Amino acid sequence: MEILANLIDGFFIAFEPLNLGLMVVGVVVGLFIGAMPGLGSVNGVAILLPMTFLVPPTSAIIFLAAIYYGAMYGGAISSIMLGIPGASTAVATTFDGRPLALKGEADKALIAAAVASFVGGTISIILFTLFAPPLADWALAFGDHELFALMMMAFATFVGLSGDDIPKTLFSICIGLVLSSVGLDIMSGEPRLVFFDIIGFMHGINFLVLAIGIYGIGEMLWTIESTRGEPSMSKAKISVDRIVSNLKEVSGTWVTALMASFVGFFVGILPAAGATPGSLMSYGFAKTYSKTPEEFGKGKVDGVVAPEAANNAASTGAMLPMLTLGIPGSPTTAILLGGMVIWGLVPGPMLFIEQEEFVWGLIASLYAANLFAAVINIGFIPMFLWMLKMPFTILAPGIFVLCIIGGFAPTQSMHDVWLMFGFGVAGYLMRKLDYPLAPAVLAIVLGPLAEPSLRQSLLISNGDITAFFTRPISGTFMAFAIFLLLLPIIKAVRARMVGNSSQ
Amino acid sequence: MKLGKKLLGLGIAAVVGIALTVSASAINSAEAGWEPKKPIEFVIMAGKGGGADKMARLLQTVIEKNGWSSKPLTPINKPGGSGAEALVHLNNASDPDHTIMVTLNSFYTTPMRQPKLGVDISTFTPIARMAEDTFLLWVNKDSGITTVEEFVAAAKAKGGDWIMAGTGKLSEDNLLTDFLNAAYDLDMKYVPYKGGGKVAKQLAGNHADSTVNNPSEQEGFYAAGTTVPLAAFTDNRLAMFPDAPTFGELGKEFVYYMQRSVVGAPGMSAEAATYYQELFAQVFASEEWASYRTKKSLQGELLQGDALMSYWMHERDVHRAMLQKMGAIE
Amino acid sequence: MKRAELVMILLMAAFSAYLMWKSAELPVGWVENEGPGGGAWPFWLAGIMLGTSVWSLVRWSRGISLPSQSDQPFMDEFALSSFLKVAVPLGIALGLIHFIGIYFSIPIFMIYYMRFLGKHTWPLTLSISIGTPIVTFFFFDIALRIVLPKGYTEPLFYPLYDMFL
Repeated sequence: MEILANLIDGFFIAFEPLNLGLMVVGVVVGLFIGAMPGLGSVNGVAILLPMTFLVPPTSAIIFLAAIYYGAMYGGAISSIMLGIPGASTAVATTFDGRPLALKGEADKALIAAAVASFVGGTISIILFTLFAPPLADWALAFGDHELFALMMMAFATFVGLSGDDIPKTLFSICIGLVLSSVGLDIMSGEPRLVFFDIIGFMHGINFLVLAIGIYGIGEMLWTIESTRGEPSMSKAKISVDRIVSNLKEVSGTWVTALMASFVGFFVGILPAAGATPGSLMSYGFAKTYSKTPEEFGKGKVDGVVAPEAANNAASTGAMLPMLTLGIPGSPTTAILLGGMVIWGLVPGPMLFIEQEEFVWGLIASLYAANLFAAVINIGFIPMFLWMLKMPFTILAPGIFVLCIIGGFAPTQSMHDVWLMFGFGVAGYLMRKLDYPLAPAVLAIVLGPLAEPSLRQSLLISNGDITAFFTRPISGTFMAFAIFLLLLPIIKAVRARMVGNSSQ
Repeated sequence: MKLGKKLLGLGIAAVVGIALTVSASAINSAEAGWEPKKPIEFVIMAGKGGGADKMARLLQTVIEKNGWSSKPLTPINKPGGSGAEALVHLNNASDPDHTIMVTLNSFYTTPMRQPKLGVDISTFTPIARMAEDTFLLWVNKDSGITTVEEFVAAAKAKGGDWIMAGTGKLSEDNLLTDFLNAAYDLDMKYVPYKGGGKVAKQLAGNHADSTVNNPSEQEGFYAAGTTVPLAAFTDNRLAMFPDAPTFGELGKEFVYYMQRSVVGAPGMSAEAATYYQELFAQVFASEEWASYRTKKSLQGELLQGDALMSYWMHERDVHRAMLQKMGAIE
Repeated sequence: MKRAELVMILLMAAFSAYLMWKSAELPVGWVENEGPGGGAWPFWLAGIMLGTSVWSLVRWSRGISLPSQSDQPFMDEFALSSFLKVAVPLGIALGLIHFIGIYFSIPIFMIYYMRFLGKHTWPLTLSISIGTPIVTFFFFDIALRIVLPKGYTEPLFYPLYDMFL
């Protein structure tokens, strides 16, 4: 009851005219920043942070949270329309969003993404409202062993994503993991894999450089070749009838949305994990339990719903360790945390007691911002579809320009732009020879999380590998990961047995 | 192609408009004193969300809020290679008058450990030391430890299984851990993490036995009573933690601070250096900065110009001696 | 396709070996009090890359993989010409950024693409090629404060900074 009373007070704060106005502006700004490949919620929040000094802290965080939400919705737009994930959280959205758009059903994918994001966001805000303090304890209980076990689980869900050529898939995963280790090794304090002593490799290889290279430059080169220069991009139309039928189809995926929301939320609240592993795992799970797994990757609505519900749930979840523990669960929340410091608020367990107005105003605004983001996003769909109708020879140079700027913006270094170009050309040539590239992109995201946690765990337990299995949370995850890895074999054996008995 | 013609018209109008304003604004640039001509590149020698990053963004916000600079500061994070990338970027800055950096103690250690970079910090332009951050020794409340004596006894009992979490090999935390190991004859195991926030969380979640965090990294947990400061690596007790003695009081003379300074690129013109020195002196005197200093227990007065350079040279020698002792450099 | 696959597999095997050699600059085994050495992770993973390349080689020699069964040329005439017409100019545009900056390099690339590859009319080509950098400037340099590279053309932008920042 106390929670409900607090929440109602929070809604009064969130619906003050200033806050309401900031929320709408924030969502729209976030939507466009998120839709730009290379720019994500991190950029939006970081850039607008100084502006928030002009308003009270509660209004400021409401504004930034609205940008955060808007950008999470926007990320799906470039994944679906251009096939370029704007942020690592939206990689899995390209797997089915892009094929849907190529089939002329971009409107369906965009609506599915918006609705799923709304469901994921709402469920996770409800969980947040009800259980924030106990969940903070669960997040704290997560040590290095548990984090590594979680990463193993994420890797295990990839097995289902691989193509038919097993050695090439393995090669792709490993090259992603190796490239993720370029830069400074914090455990030994030494620079490593700094190729030819080029200083640009010191900051490592940003995920976006590989993703924009492969999905942007490489994909465009491939499209130009495979369609003989006359591609029919999405010819999607929009009408009330289509929206209604799309909504009907999307509502059939509620089980997936629900599963993904919970997975996303629980992975999201773990400090350091962020929204990306959550969205990948949800996609993997959705495919594993689906009755028609072979349709995934060819434009299945569930394949858009799962990652989008999960990444929105996770981004709300990531706020939890930030507020209750003062530990950011994602890069964006790290910046928000910096903002709180600037405003003179001390995040941590006492925040919920000492700054009730701030906390509940923020929670209430999350409910509202989520709703606004969904409505505004759907409202912009016709405009995005109109852009897709432009002739390919206008769209293509525009996309190349977006790739260049998107490669430059995150680190502001031309080194990364050249690297992106190199990855694009290499990716195009490798793709022609049946090398799957999605595993490399996923691996470069998870590598920096998996490697330090593995080494820290081994150092703490003196090289004892059994510790991964004897610690309760970590052991459960490991067992589940092994089950997922063995699943294709179990399925194959069962299929063979059924086949034998029918003969 | 009506659309095309319309767009072209719009484009031409825009170009003409810009050209006109270009010639108009060229007139009023003849004022006295140096002023930045373009956005000032504000390099941060650490990743997003870390202590240095938070401070840099606060500085930027204070300047912007008060309108003290005619051109904005654009923060760029360059955490690569313990700041190696940032140092090289500054060293090779194409426009030294518009490139400044927020720096910390890796400013001394990184060029020593990576001589290949060819960076000599004595060529950099000193602008302002804004503060010195402090370090304390922390344990989790659940351990029941409240004094350094109890800490030493407990760490001795656990030997090599006592885990000290810190930020990266050979970082400030590692130097302090080595000091503690030597001073109290301990054998603590040093486990590096990425960033002070993660280190603090390891302690709060009981995954590590002790840490040497800055107050700003532990304040949330301290306020909630989860973690306890045992002693401070400072000259005097900190007002925020009156019960934590200094190591000097305990008979182990060891004082260590983290500088929070602003440095300009080598080859910056004297006029530009004066401009930035005045700008940051203004920030230092601001109410926002003063309240941030109190809240985060920051020490150290404003140092500028030659005083700052001689401070750097002194600190560089101190760090060289420490690294030599650890065997990290010759 | 068949020959191209062999070349790619061998190139990737060589790249894996290079990565292993490069990783071995740091210790790749167990280091006392430090756990696995700094080079261990990339070294052993690059080792797996080498192993999978050998595996691919076996599959290639037995004709199991798809490209090894294909008789089509790796790059037919159309593929090669479109690659040269798109990727090479894009690379040149990137190179030009270092000298004339992004705001002059982008319009050149766009004019080339739309006029000479797309055969669009001059008015349409010019309006989009000039409009794009203007919108980009206001979105990135002014609104988002992400300063894009300008090379030697930087002084031309000083008055714009004075006006809008």
